[in-house]
Amino acid sequence: MKATLTADSYAQPQTQDSGLWRWLGSTWLVALLVALPVLSVFYLSLFPKENIWSHLADTVLPVYITTTLQLMIGVGVLAVGTGVVTAWLVTMCRFPGKRFFEWALMLPFAVPAYVIAYVYTDLLEYAGPIQSALRDFFGWQTARDYWFPEIRSLGGAILMLSFVLYPYVYLLARASFLEQSNSLRDASRLLGCSPLQSFFRISLPIARPAIAVGLALVSMETINDFGTVDFFAVKSMSAGIYDTWLNMGNLGGSAQIASLMMIFVVILISLERLARARQKQFHSSDRFKALDTFKLSGWKAYSASLACLAPILLGFAIPVLILGKYALGHLDQLDSEDFLTFAGNSFFLSATAALITILIALLLAYSKRLHSQKSLSVAANFSSLGYAMPGAVLAIGVIIPLAAFDNSVDSFMREYFDISTGLLLSGTTFAIIFAYSVRFLAVSTGAVESSLSKVTPTMDMASRSLGMTPMQTLIRVHLPLIRGGIFSAALVVFVDCMKELPATLILRPFNYDTLATFVYQYASDEMLEECSLAALLIVAVGIIPVILLTRTITSTRAED
Amino acid sequence: MKKTLTAVALSAIIASPVATAADEVNIYSFRQAFLIKPLLDAFTEETGIKARVVFSKKGLLERLEHEGRNSPADVLLTSDIGPLYDAVGKDLLQPIDSDLLDKNIPAKYRDADGKWYGLTSRSRIIYASKDRVAEGEIKTYEDLADPKWKGRICTRSGKHTYNLSLIGSMIAQHGEADTQQWLKGLKENLARRPQGNDRAQVKAVKEGVCDLALGNSYYFGKMITNDKKPEQKEWAQSVNLIFPNQGDRGAHMNISGAGVTKHAPHKEAAVKLIEFLSSDKAQQIYAEANFEFPVREGSKRSELINKYMGEFKEDGINLQRIAELRDTAAKMVDKVGFDN
Repeated sequence: MKATLTADSYAQPQTQDSGLWRWLGSTWLVALLVALPVLSVFYLSLFPKENIWSHLADTVLPVYITTTLQLMIGVGVLAVGTGVVTAWLVTMCRFPGKRFFEWALMLPFAVPAYVIAYVYTDLLEYAGPIQSALRDFFGWQTARDYWFPEIRSLGGAILMLSFVLYPYVYLLARASFLEQSNSLRDASRLLGCSPLQSFFRISLPIARPAIAVGLALVSMETINDFGTVDFFAVKSMSAGIYDTWLNMGNLGGSAQIASLMMIFVVILISLERLARARQKQFHSSDRFKALDTFKLSGWKAYSASLACLAPILLGFAIPVLILGKYALGHLDQLDSEDFLTFAGNSFFLSATAALITILIALLLAYSKRLHSQKSLSVAANFSSLGYAMPGAVLAIGVIIPLAAFDNSVDSFMREYFDISTGLLLSGTTFAIIFAYSVRFLAVSTGAVESSLSKVTPTMDMASRSLGMTPMQTLIRVHLPLIRGGIFSAALVVFVDCMKELPATLILRPFNYDTLATFVYQYASDEMLEECSLAALLIVAVGIIPVILLTRTITSTRAED
Repeated sequence: MKKTLTAVALSAIIASPVATAADEVNIYSFRQAFLIKPLLDAFTEETGIKARVVFSKKGLLERLEHEGRNSPADVLLTSDIGPLYDAVGKDLLQPIDSDLLDKNIPAKYRDADGKWYGLTSRSRIIYASKDRVAEGEIKTYEDLADPKWKGRICTRSGKHTYNLSLIGSMIAQHGEADTQQWLKGLKENLARRPQGNDRAQVKAVKEGVCDLALGNSYYFGKMITNDKKPEQKEWAQSVNLIFPNQGDRGAHMNISGAGVTKHAPHKEAAVKLIEFLSSDKAQQIYAEANFEFPVREGSKRSELINKYMGEFKEDGINLQRIAELRDTAAKMVDKVGFDN
């Protein structure tokens, strides 16, 4: 049922007509538009106020680098471990609560990292309930009488980020496990593999591209996180970027650090691509047959349930309960604050950006599939760079081209028509949606590409030889097949946009608040209780699509 | 597709606020919206001018810079001298000629050219444990480096602008070499890696993590009146407030302030807003709500401030000088590895 072809034995269908140039042209145009902010940051890095590197190298650069690496490795290991194990359990095994875990494992994704960091600090710090109880029990008097792990530390930051980032891996790994065919696994079992061995030798290698995409997303989120590391006083690279920009007044210098960080990420991703360049798999899909699952019983079933329950408790239930407790004390805000408008704004921005990024991702991924042109891969990779850049720096990169466009139009209109058009795009919701699309395109391209790559090219060949144009093939053949992948990509982008902060803050119009900006004005001063209600709303709005779409993904596979 | 694009472009043009009404003023604010809302409401009530705000702690200067002559922003409002100084450096503010402002705001808290005006002031003070630090045991910022405080001091990140200003004032007073020595001494006295905000340091004193903490003065008012979180009252009650260097230059001061942008479309309204913010009425709101010190001579400090803080001597150094030294201070923090 499954065709596993090597790259050598298979050549892409080539069209000779002008279609190539249409696809090539539009792809490059879109990729360039999306890359504009990143290019602006490169441009900024050409004009540093002074050379920042000698100072950094003499002082804190080693700290920044080791901290960032430790953070990335720590979060990567925990997120992949949690994401893959839980995804495999709920997809391939039957145990109590499986149905619930399938969607509930996505819940932590709706919780912003800076919120969870704050909540856990309240819980685990000296004055928090846990240490207070310990002191009461053992009769300790002050902080000097005993040792307790410090939550505001590198380890704390790794835990917080892993708690909310593992769903990237879970989502993608699960989609991949769902698409796998029974026959391969049956074969491995017939050849004497235990279920565990068949997991390591069959399921895991097949899911590797999807897991790698998830890991890349997690790493990029980690590398550009500022809220959590700042709150925990962990000196990662983004601390250096903001310090150079804001305290040393050297935006060019900080753009250099940001650009270097981006190059670092690009190298990481290319290494991974290189590693799996030689393997290619497609399946002509036995998805209409239910997956054969292992039935777990006894202690195995209990441990499976526990393994799935723990991340949900840590990343969702505990923080939401604590937020809920705070929110009860601030219910009066429901009258005084216009939460409905904030939520509406958040929803509008996030949904629009999700739609746009999906369309762009489809264009990039599909034209790459149509024409195995090197330049198209480059374009697709190039346009994904925005994700590795700290949000506030990217926002400056958005302002520069938009303001330049606005001001040129204005000058032109003034000169020839004596009309001032003012700022057309800067300071409007367009700027925010543009920023979101640039930032989160990598998320949707990764997911769409990885789904598309699993549709066997024989489908294209059949459809094209039956007289369909590439566009018709995309709409009538591919879209239905990769529906699950598209939905999950849209979901991830939507929820990411709901949580996005720095770009929204900097680019928004006057008197315009989203739930996240409302939360930030309090959270930035460590007053999370005052905005707990809004923080809960972010989670709540994020949950709805999480639930809806996880169901859709499940339905991409027939069930018993 | 083309039609859609045209429609989108057209609607963007229609939706964008090209025509700007005369009775409004647009603010780029480094201060949180909820902090300034009572003031802006009072301003609208008095003048009928609507105030619209974008709040962010970073990126607004760059936005202003690139928007250029078409920027809709009229007023830049900051919580620190730093961004005002940077804005002047980038030529983003215009000089204001207002007798009222010159009268209301003392010369040391405004730009000589009228490009920015201080609106409130605050001091960076030492919070000392009532139980563990005897009265008169610490009197100056310099004392903080005394080895007898080893393992007994808490502070937020050395890179925070409040600490950078303080370090800047030390550099202005003692020169770079001596200040670096001092900062190193202070670093060695820290009870823990710098973390949290100013309030968290006072809390740490209450918890016994440390005996001394650095913090801005208004946080005391915010804690001691906090009915929603009564535990903060206990933190505040556990400390004495020490205004340092009363025997010599006085306690380090900083300001929140404002300036009119270079291309302000509503310049008149912008000046009116800043004048209003320097009025006795607005200064009282600041003093009562946020426990900052009024800069206006003759405006009363809040009851509470008088009760706990009394009169004290302020460092008279020009704030511009401190802003200039911020870069040097930031690098010094790296050199002594203050935050590591």
